[in-house]
Amino acid sequence: MNDWSQLVGASLVFARINELWFALPLIVVVSLVYSATRHELPAPILQGALRMAAWIGGFMLIGFAVLYLMCAML
Amino acid sequence: MPKPAASPEATTQDPEEHLEIDLKDPLQAAFLAWLLPGLGHWYQGRRHKAVLFFVCIMGTFGYGLYLGEGRVVYASWRPPDRRLPFLCQMWMAPAALPAAVQATRAKPFKVFGQQYMAPPQVSADVRGPEDELDRIQKRLHRYWELGTVYTMIAGLLNVLAIYDAWGGPAYSAPAPAKKEDDDSGGESDKRKEDSA
Repeated sequence: MNDWSQLVGASLVFARINELWFALPLIVVVSLVYSATRHELPAPILQGALRMAAWIGGFMLIGFAVLYLMCAML
Repeated sequence: MPKPAASPEATTQDPEEHLEIDLKDPLQAAFLAWLLPGLGHWYQGRRHKAVLFFVCIMGTFGYGLYLGEGRVVYASWRPPDRRLPFLCQMWMAPAALPAAVQATRAKPFKVFGQQYMAPPQVSADVRGPEDELDRIQKRLHRYWELGTVYTMIAGLLNVLAIYDAWGGPAYSAPAPAKKEDDDSGGESDKRKEDSA
């Protein structure tokens, strides 16, 4: 694989990143609602939501990194 | 609003551990939660959770509808178009009731000129020009899928809200018990002192 095709592949991946922004409101909403079903008071709900949003975001970042590396190496 | 029980332990440990929640009639609350996200919690006096559920779930649902131009939620079980996402969307009445009404009508209602939540017309030739579903999907492109996903997630989140209205919150982290230390009568402390 030459440099040109790698560049095209990377630019295609980053062109699709815009669609990932649609995941952001979903992460916020899912974290808040799930945390609200586990707690009753506002402070623990927010703490739980932050923790869960970090988990979801981290999981997505790891998945993105793995897929990106696989694409780059193929 | 839930009130903490009058217990001295409640102030020293997890504030939610001794919380008393009056669920009133849980079945009625669950039905109200299905009717409108947050309404069941409002009925129970759990106002902050009612607002949170309403804003989050209805916001997600509304944004999904906006992305899909009001056409991503509909009930259909016709052979070329079995709308499986509706199984997730129907867990909130603002999706289920209009879609059910529109599905039963030969000529759907129009809201602001749009056939809101009406099943699109399909033909035997699914790629043909007279197939309305194909036209909508081509026009909306990825927003059709995004709108469908948003409205599906809103419906599934309302399942959690309905369960919370029916059974109350499931506390995830109960306060750690110090029973072993108390039962030992301070022996472990003595051992620590001896070893020191």
